[in-house]
Amino acid sequence: MYDFEFERPATVADAVAALRTEGAQVLAGGQTIIPTMKNRLAQPVKLVSVGGIADMSGVSVGDGCLTVGAATCHADVAAAAAGAYPALASLAANIGDPAVRNRGTIGGSIANDDPASCYPAAVLASGADIITDRRRLAADDFFLGMFETALEEGELILEVSFPIPDAASYQKFEQPASRFALVGAFVARSGGLVRVAITGASDSGVFRWREAEAALSDDFSRSSLNGLALSPEGMISDIHGTPEYRAHLAGVLTARAVEAA
Amino acid sequence: MPNVSMTVNGRNVSGEIEGRTLLSEFIRDTLQLTGTHVGCDTSQCGACVVHADGRAVKSCTMFAWEAEGADIVSIEGMANADGSLGVIQQAFQDNHGLQCGFCTPGMVMSAAALLQDNPDPSEAEIRDYLEGNICRCTGYHNIVKAIQAAAGSLRAAA
Repeated sequence: MYDFEFERPATVADAVAALRTEGAQVLAGGQTIIPTMKNRLAQPVKLVSVGGIADMSGVSVGDGCLTVGAATCHADVAAAAAGAYPALASLAANIGDPAVRNRGTIGGSIANDDPASCYPAAVLASGADIITDRRRLAADDFFLGMFETALEEGELILEVSFPIPDAASYQKFEQPASRFALVGAFVARSGGLVRVAITGASDSGVFRWREAEAALSDDFSRSSLNGLALSPEGMISDIHGTPEYRAHLAGVLTARAVEAA
Repeated sequence: MPNVSMTVNGRNVSGEIEGRTLLSEFIRDTLQLTGTHVGCDTSQCGACVVHADGRAVKSCTMFAWEAEGADIVSIEGMANADGSLGVIQQAFQDNHGLQCGFCTPGMVMSAAALLQDNPDPSEAEIRDYLEGNICRCTGYHNIVKAIQAAAGSLRAAA
């Protein structure tokens, strides 16, 4: 790994100031960026750790929303969201392994926007807002493609605010070796409105399956998905699965999520 | 070079680091505590698991400077004060929970973290918790047995 400068600020203001250095990058839990740097696929000039900023960690519930500080680790979300938003807690409880969940954070996950990560599906299906040091972004405007988000240079995610749905479930099929989501489906129903987000499948990253949303908004049952299928066009093709396989899995997992919600 | 200070196995330590110095490197190379093993260096195998402020972490996937001021416990901190094996270590020996022993430090640290949160885990919970600890010798059966035995001993002593 190439060497770099580092800062460990105690406040958001100091972190934002430190991120103005050209080539500076945020270090949250490090569970992706550290392996990436070891492979020399990332070469930040400076890492600014948000691990020492107390304001950026924690889970709170109010006004029908569950708000998660960007530097909150998966294990803490799994514990703190279990009562108010069990589908989100269960998603967090099944990312990686216990040691990874003690370090990896929600902010790091969505800022990286790995096409096979779990959190983007929850954020998009819940219609969550991403609050940064400079603005509030809707999930629909945040995820732009594989490893690509609307975040600007030096922009820092502070928290993610999830409207708590009436019913929700996340189902994933794990790639047997890495345990990343080969495909994952998050279904969230609020009143008569249903949102479905699929991760792991598309070359363009996480996306909403609008046809399934329309059908499930009419009738929230597994059978209303009968006859619906995603096109394999634009789906990821690699040694772990063909585009056809991933498109098929997305349908199966969406149906399972509807049943479990 | 910058300096970092932390507590390791109850002892205050400090040392010079670079930004890129991993916690595993600081523990093994600077502190010469070579019980913490580095198997894959890609955060998959779990041989490098230590506790940071009471929680299991992979020390190969954390920078030393992120542990500034932290309370770190490594496998060397799991023995009894007189140097004899701690309860979990003894259970691994009694149940033949190791063969080559390379993964054992991480296994013991993960087991300790599990039993801290869940004093009476089921077999399925133990296997699930060990998802990030890879052993290529035992087939895991005796590791699970060892952790069940350790859980029993710790409950009896509580």
